[in-house]
Amino acid sequence: MLSYEFMRRSLIMGIMIGIVAPSVGYFLVLRRQSVIGDTLSHVALSGAAFGMLTNSYPIFTAIIFTVIASLGIEGLRKKFKHYAELSLSIILSAGIGLASILISLGNTQGVLSYLFGSLSLVSSEEILLFTLLSVLIIGTIIFLYNKMFYITFDEESAYLAGLSTNRINIFFSILVALTIAISMRIVGVLLISSLMVLPVAASILIAKSFKSGLVYSLLFGVVSVIIGLTLSYYLNLATGGTIVLSALAILLIVIMFQSIKKPKNTF
Amino acid sequence: MENVSFSYGKAPTLSKVNLHVDRGDFVGIVGPNGSAKTTLLKLMVGLLKPDEGSIKLFGQSIDDFRDYQRIGYISQNVREFNIMFPATVEEVVGAEINARRSIFSRTKEEDKDRIYEVLQRVEMIDYKKQKVGSLSGGQKQRIFIARALINNPEILFMDEPLVGVDLDSQNKFYSLLDRLKEDYNITIVMVSHDIGVISEKVNRLFCLSNGRVYDHDLTKDIHGANILEDLYGKNVRLLFHKH
Repeated sequence: MLSYEFMRRSLIMGIMIGIVAPSVGYFLVLRRQSVIGDTLSHVALSGAAFGMLTNSYPIFTAIIFTVIASLGIEGLRKKFKHYAELSLSIILSAGIGLASILISLGNTQGVLSYLFGSLSLVSSEEILLFTLLSVLIIGTIIFLYNKMFYITFDEESAYLAGLSTNRINIFFSILVALTIAISMRIVGVLLISSLMVLPVAASILIAKSFKSGLVYSLLFGVVSVIIGLTLSYYLNLATGGTIVLSALAILLIVIMFQSIKKPKNTF
Repeated sequence: MENVSFSYGKAPTLSKVNLHVDRGDFVGIVGPNGSAKTTLLKLMVGLLKPDEGSIKLFGQSIDDFRDYQRIGYISQNVREFNIMFPATVEEVVGAEINARRSIFSRTKEEDKDRIYEVLQRVEMIDYKKQKVGSLSGGQKQRIFIARALINNPEILFMDEPLVGVDLDSQNKFYSLLDRLKEDYNITIVMVSHDIGVISEKVNRLFCLSNGRVYDHDLTKDIHGANILEDLYGKNVRLLFHKH
């Protein structure tokens, strides 16, 4: 499989996504904001459709759309302070509504590959762009790790400790938007949020500390991508779906392992 | 706090509130559900901004206050702490000092010592590597006090810290507060729904009702005067038991 150039590139990109998506997802899940992934991926779809319609680079327009949407979510969250989750539904509706109109306008035949992901030819320029974005995302997470831990654990106390929680939240929203944009090529917009959530779900079942939870999350993420890509190549299956089902299989194995280990304490 | 008014919508939640806390006070904030106890506490620490009036902490306007290390705050969120949240006691207690550092710099020895020192103070040092979610309600409460004490604060704000904590742990919790007051003369402001217990522990009580605050210097007042009626309505009877 690795004798093909496109598979090597897909694998490199896949491993990057396998690291980036669960790392970002880890903080989202623990802040009970995992739905943001779904919301922004729908917006990314409208961004990609806009790109195809205007003959622009779809990933680039998807990045612009998702970053604007993520800032919109933060703004709406303040507007609907007591119904903060409404902000997600509003942006999700806007994203899917816009996407369906843009797709219907024509010249968007390739949009299906962005919906479910594919082992499409990834150019070396794309590899470079995605590597830079991945390094940016992971670098920011490492740089802000201790601050984000505090905000994730108790945002009010973090604010009172003098952390600029608003600024960090906006930074983080942009990271989520970038993660979705770079993941959509391989995993597909409909399945990105699964890759942000499933490895994390498995990791918090076995993690002994916050740090180990993050490490397990990206380990499970990378393993899911490698298994998923390999199976999808040999069995000719949809790439995104195979990756996500691999992540699900890992989660089920962890759940089974847990119930064998301590059958009496499972509830 | 001078002439402070605050509202979430049109109806005022708190109106023209005047109160002050002296150094060394142990203040209880009580009142029925929805009487804005948490709102009052959040205004005091600056998490909410008043519509009118002024709030000062250590004589400094809350808008300009940046001396966060002088206050410790335990929010209600802590009570709803998700037991699956993967964090150790050490990580939670060290959250604040670690937040000032990047992941690359190693935890300084003095910071580690500080974490262990506050854990010892709340008698939880043996649990430092354990997951917070695996602890009992009372133990968790001690961990959150340890976290709030990490900077040696002069004043500790707590929002209903004893909900879901059994009686034995409640007694231990109050003895811990007594020790903190004795050893460090720490000022404590604590929201509670349990007017009976807290009125025996504090030296001042702020009672909230219909947006007003009744300030009692002598906790004995609460049993004698008509305050309970004002607070909870007409159908309140006081029953004294001797066990």
